[in-house]
Amino acid sequence: MHALVQYIESYLSSDKTPGTAGNWFWATVYVLLVFVGLSIAVIAMNWLERKILAHMQVRLGPMRVGPHGLLQPIADALKLLLKEDIIPDGADKVVFWIAPFIVVLAAFTVFVVVPFGPTHAITDMNIGILFMLGVSSLSVLGIVTAGWASNSHYPLIGALRSSAQMVSYEVAMGLAVVSAILMTSLNESSTGTLSMIGIVEAQKAQGEWFLFKFFPLGIIAFAIFAIAMVAETNRAPFDLPEAESELTAGFHTEYSGFRWSLFFLAEYSAMIAVSSIAVTLWLGGWLRPFPNLLHGTTWDLAFSFIPGIAFLLLGAMCFYNTARMPKHPLFKIQTIGLAGFGAVLALIGLVMFLPPVRERVGDIFWFSAKVAGFMYLYIWYRGTFPRYRFDQLMKVGWKVLLPTGLALLICTALWAMRSEVWTQVVVPVGMGFADFVRRLL
Amino acid sequence: MNPQIAGNPPVATPYFFYGLAAIMIIGGILVITRKNAVHSALALITTLLAQAALYLMLYAPFVAGVQIILYAGGIMVLFLFVIMLISIERAEKERQFNKQWLVGIAAAAALGGLFITVYTATTKGRVLFPEGRTSYVDMQNTQGIANLLFDQHGGTYMFAFEIASLLLLVAIIGAVVMAKKRI
Amino acid sequence: MHAMTDISTLHYLVLGAALFLLGVIGVLTRRNVVIVLMSIELILNAVNLNLVAFSRYWQSIHGPSALHGQVFAIFVITDAAAEAAVGLGILIAFFRNKETVNVDEVNLLKW
Repeated sequence: MHALVQYIESYLSSDKTPGTAGNWFWATVYVLLVFVGLSIAVIAMNWLERKILAHMQVRLGPMRVGPHGLLQPIADALKLLLKEDIIPDGADKVVFWIAPFIVVLAAFTVFVVVPFGPTHAITDMNIGILFMLGVSSLSVLGIVTAGWASNSHYPLIGALRSSAQMVSYEVAMGLAVVSAILMTSLNESSTGTLSMIGIVEAQKAQGEWFLFKFFPLGIIAFAIFAIAMVAETNRAPFDLPEAESELTAGFHTEYSGFRWSLFFLAEYSAMIAVSSIAVTLWLGGWLRPFPNLLHGTTWDLAFSFIPGIAFLLLGAMCFYNTARMPKHPLFKIQTIGLAGFGAVLALIGLVMFLPPVRERVGDIFWFSAKVAGFMYLYIWYRGTFPRYRFDQLMKVGWKVLLPTGLALLICTALWAMRSEVWTQVVVPVGMGFADFVRRLL
Repeated sequence: MNPQIAGNPPVATPYFFYGLAAIMIIGGILVITRKNAVHSALALITTLLAQAALYLMLYAPFVAGVQIILYAGGIMVLFLFVIMLISIERAEKERQFNKQWLVGIAAAAALGGLFITVYTATTKGRVLFPEGRTSYVDMQNTQGIANLLFDQHGGTYMFAFEIASLLLLVAIIGAVVMAKKRI
Repeated sequence: MHAMTDISTLHYLVLGAALFLLGVIGVLTRRNVVIVLMSIELILNAVNLNLVAFSRYWQSIHGPSALHGQVFAIFVITDAAAEAAVGLGILIAFFRNKETVNVDEVNLLKW
């Protein structure tokens, strides 16, 4: 028993991720934490997407279940679980069963290497980013098999579209990622890294997010990734595989109930996963904003208060809306519920001001805040952009993003090696040319 | 480099190996026996993923990553795509094995006999293939491979790498020429 | 500490040989071209497994930077990608011409 406690406590003093330190207990705890956090994030995204889309379209969105529809996702989940589970008659039963699980597994396994903080990742792999790209590309297998197993026309077309789309955009995405990885090698030993934590550490060491590195190359790479990741996750404006006006629901037309909800879960966690790749590679991962402009202990302290303040603000928003609730007795429970929700948020905010908590949640907060920004972008795209046509989609992927990515990669490499290029290529060639001209004259 | 990791050998390696090996063999058998090509492809994907796990056990994480991203995520999607393009209903009702299957099995059995002979052969009292322990070596695998491929001084395989890029170019052109109706 | 149960290079070689044999049987006996191509992938993977296992053994002798086997494995994977692309391209052309995917129906040696 004592040995067990010691085993558990031994990790607390280490500065590594539990997977790297080989501590099974904390690895399990982290896996559970990430899983629970992800589920909460997906539920929150469900509500936020409907609310934000509604407000963008001057509607109210869900208002009935809970105050401001806060309990709507839970009601939806219950409805989905209680729904009849239909398997089409001509479907390939086994594959129809397996497909949603492939998608969910691919979407969740990715989070093994996502770095929420210098030690807050389940494990740190030598091949982190490669692992993330590889495993997230497995979800296309699930989508393709789902479409095929349904034995129906719309799902099959959706599956074909999605496989073509995801394979095409993976190429451009990979090129953008490579150019960011190239930037990690700009140190004395000139060895780069594929490890997710190593990439953020490299940005910290170079004192600059890769977004602003080699301006404008970093921003272009980020832009390519930001476009390709929307296509990878099959979201608007690239949601052709599930275009509801043409294919009813694309590859998951024949799915219902629990298995449909797995697709839903996978879609949102894949969105979070690719956003966390973007955050890690270009937006400095868990690093707080302006690390070199506003440095020093005072600024560190000031920034460490922001998580608490953010939660207090959310709580204050809830209280404000509690005051605006209709005063009718029918709304009594909802008003109390909203006030309670605000109180919980404010309490979390207050807890985050405590020094031991403050020191530990800072990096997780910044990482999550950046990812949340991407989530808002996703919703924003969906609210504003019309859907692409399929040939336009392919054109953007192959004729715009891919050449840009190649050029960008070459430019990044040349710029990173600029002194070598100058002394070993430009100067000798120029001298030779000058010599040639001199001889001609 | 990291003494604390080096002190922690992975647990239960034999169980993982036998489990993954069983998955791979079963997957392989399913690949060559299923009637439906999609089922075969799924079995092959399982085999490939189990093999990626075996690469991790052999401390070859980069090869494992390439295996997942290229084989499972790239090549197999291509296979599934093509299977869906050319799916014909009657394919499942036809004969699955060709007429020379007996000869094929016999040839494979002969090859298997050869394997057994080689793997159990002894020369001068010692086995031909070493029972080398796969001991833990801590190193930066990806950087090591990159050094072998690209390094100016030790880049043994740089030329081969360039040739491989030419091979891929030829493959792209070949695939387009083959698959396109009118060029 | 676990001399008997430890996994040696030979274990991987035997597994590789088994996969290779499965691949060979698939190539020699199946009629469906897609499955023949998949069997070829099995063969290539068996080879890869051997290469990486040998690389492991080589590393235990020549130090951690002796990764030649793994580099070979990566070349084999590249090759497999090229092979799959061309093979499936041929398959599509074949299917378009003959409306079949069976190997033993291509016995003309000409179109």
